[in-house]
Amino acid sequence: MIAAYLVLLIPFFGIIYFAVSGHREDIGKLNVLLNGICLAATVWLAINVLNQGTILSSGKAFLIDPFNVYLIVLTAFVGFTTSIFSSPYMAHEKELGKLTDNRLKLYYSMYQGFMLAMYLVLTTNNMGMMWVAMEGATLATVLLVSLYRTPESIEAAWKYFILCGVGIAQALFGTILLYYAAVQVGNVENSLLWSVLYVNADKLNPEVLEIAFVFMLIGYGTKIGLVPLHNWLPDAHSEGPTPMSAVLSGLLLNDALYAVVRNKMLVDGASHSSMAGYLMMGFGLMSFLVAAFFLHRQKDIKRLFSYSSIEHMGIMTFSFGIGGPLATFAALLHMTVHSLTKSAIFVTVGHAAQVAGTQSIDKIRGLIKTQPRIGWGLLIGTIAIAGFPPFGVFTSEFLVLLATMHSYPWLTPLLLLGIGIAFAGLFRHIQPMVYGEKPEGQSPVKANLWPVIIHLGFVLWLGLAIPGFLANWFSQATLLISGSAPL
Amino acid sequence: MNIEQTDFYTQAILSMAALVGLTSFLMLGQGRLLRLIFVFALQGLLLTLTTALAAYSLNNPHLYISAVLTLVLKVIFIPWMLRREVLHMNMHRDIETLNNKTLVMLGGASLMVFSYYVLHPIVQTTSPAMLNALAVSLSVVLLGMLLMISHRQAIAHVVGFMSIENGLFFAAIVATKGMPMVVELGVAFDVLVAAVLFGIFFLHIRTSIDSLDVDLLNRLHEVDK
Repeated sequence: MIAAYLVLLIPFFGIIYFAVSGHREDIGKLNVLLNGICLAATVWLAINVLNQGTILSSGKAFLIDPFNVYLIVLTAFVGFTTSIFSSPYMAHEKELGKLTDNRLKLYYSMYQGFMLAMYLVLTTNNMGMMWVAMEGATLATVLLVSLYRTPESIEAAWKYFILCGVGIAQALFGTILLYYAAVQVGNVENSLLWSVLYVNADKLNPEVLEIAFVFMLIGYGTKIGLVPLHNWLPDAHSEGPTPMSAVLSGLLLNDALYAVVRNKMLVDGASHSSMAGYLMMGFGLMSFLVAAFFLHRQKDIKRLFSYSSIEHMGIMTFSFGIGGPLATFAALLHMTVHSLTKSAIFVTVGHAAQVAGTQSIDKIRGLIKTQPRIGWGLLIGTIAIAGFPPFGVFTSEFLVLLATMHSYPWLTPLLLLGIGIAFAGLFRHIQPMVYGEKPEGQSPVKANLWPVIIHLGFVLWLGLAIPGFLANWFSQATLLISGSAPL
Repeated sequence: MNIEQTDFYTQAILSMAALVGLTSFLMLGQGRLLRLIFVFALQGLLLTLTTALAAYSLNNPHLYISAVLTLVLKVIFIPWMLRREVLHMNMHRDIETLNNKTLVMLGGASLMVFSYYVLHPIVQTTSPAMLNALAVSLSVVLLGMLLMISHRQAIAHVVGFMSIENGLFFAAIVATKGMPMVVELGVAFDVLVAAVLFGIFFLHIRTSIDSLDVDLLNRLHEVDK
């Protein structure tokens, strides 16, 4: 349990330290160090869970089970590698005169704030605190989206703030309804604790819980970027600094989905109808298809990949909605490989935009000739995210397809169509960017591509052979969520 | 159910619900920003009274703390901040002409009916009074959204945002006698930070478009025009 407290305390210390300390040259390295310690603490926590099973803290305030512990490690890992990337990247942005010392301090302080909010969403056992932390994540990142203070970035941040704020208010209403249902059956003190609710789920009033779930799905769904509610996402991703896009895509969306799945487990326990699953399938499939079409029309490289994030979140939501053990296993795997691949892609996209001096797709050309590592990184990342074998995204998408064929065969053509359209949409933009002659005056930038290599290496590994302990872990999480083991 | 037969607390909660709903409608049709802020402060005050009443009748002292928090945040701090902004921008004489005022008010009324419709299944588990209170709080949430849609000024958007919070808070007080203390503190903290951030944003929007009319924030499109 000490490890869990450590995971929460380190970013908390980071927020305060970066906010009050004077300017220092090695601020980026310090951020890497803090995130590195956090990663070590989460690995320690994961080993504890692996040995002892589910851990409940003494006051029942925190709950670490196989489902969230792997997301905690993933969060820490992506947070760590992105901080490695962000250190030279932000220094370069400062050299270009886009940032001042104070804004750099704000950036690092809020980076830690965002990490704290993410860890809190994952570790807390209290559904109310989960909401508070989710809202906290919006508040921490909203000033980062407008970090460059251009009119566009301020507009994007305002949109992000208002849409996510209003959206997530719906989730609070859902949480209140959940609490209302719980107060009627049990003692008032512990009625918002997930572990208590889960045990007593069959006693909760199913009608109230179903209404609550609709509000939660809309609320947290705004943060996942489900389609009618996705408007803020491409703007916030394209206008903020690139490391932010990487953690937003890789972590925030996952954690919002995590919140929905936690609530779905309660609703399923109470109502025994598939209403929650159908809703998630519908929203997921719609997001997936709409985003696949939108990929074709993008002009900005970061917007392109943010639509790709919406598409993949759609697949995961759909897959959790199907709900069987195979589909749940696939969704968990997809969460992992998507966040690894997408954050790797955003790292290369950030460097590519610095090489070309613009984010406009039409003006980024000849990346492989200019700086081979960035060009190849972007190409391989795109191949991975489009779902080519032998990368992990292929495995998980294949499993989703299998599960769909098993349960809802008539939906399979739609999925295949969407995957095809998305693939075409990505490649028609990527091909001219990486191949071809380099434009005049384009020169390489200082780039650290280790995060990309490590991430894509992991994705490749997961595609070729899922290591035993990880498969075991996914199986335990699947058992917890869907009620039976996948294999 | 005859309303005279219920206890004092239920009757009081019902009247409070009615008044809170009324303030939401008043805000919806309001074109003058200063008056809008005043009505918003009034709604906050009603919320404070409801919380204090619940704390007294249910003998639940931690609700007094949330009553004080509501008073400080929603009745004093946020209205003060918004008012200062309006005076600073010299907007206190402007009247925002709302398009389709009648339609917006009708829409508001239908949202209220819709809230009752959505929450009707709850009636089997509880008294009709509770249904009233919950439905009113949901409609306050929805009316806050309608307020944001129908007004163009960023200040009106903030008022709408905060009145959504008011609706949620009202639901938490009347339906569940207040959330656990830690959650309430967390929510209050989020509201405080959001209010401060809005203040910062007013500054940024002002320096970037020299106005607080959010219709002018229109640079980002799905595709180039």
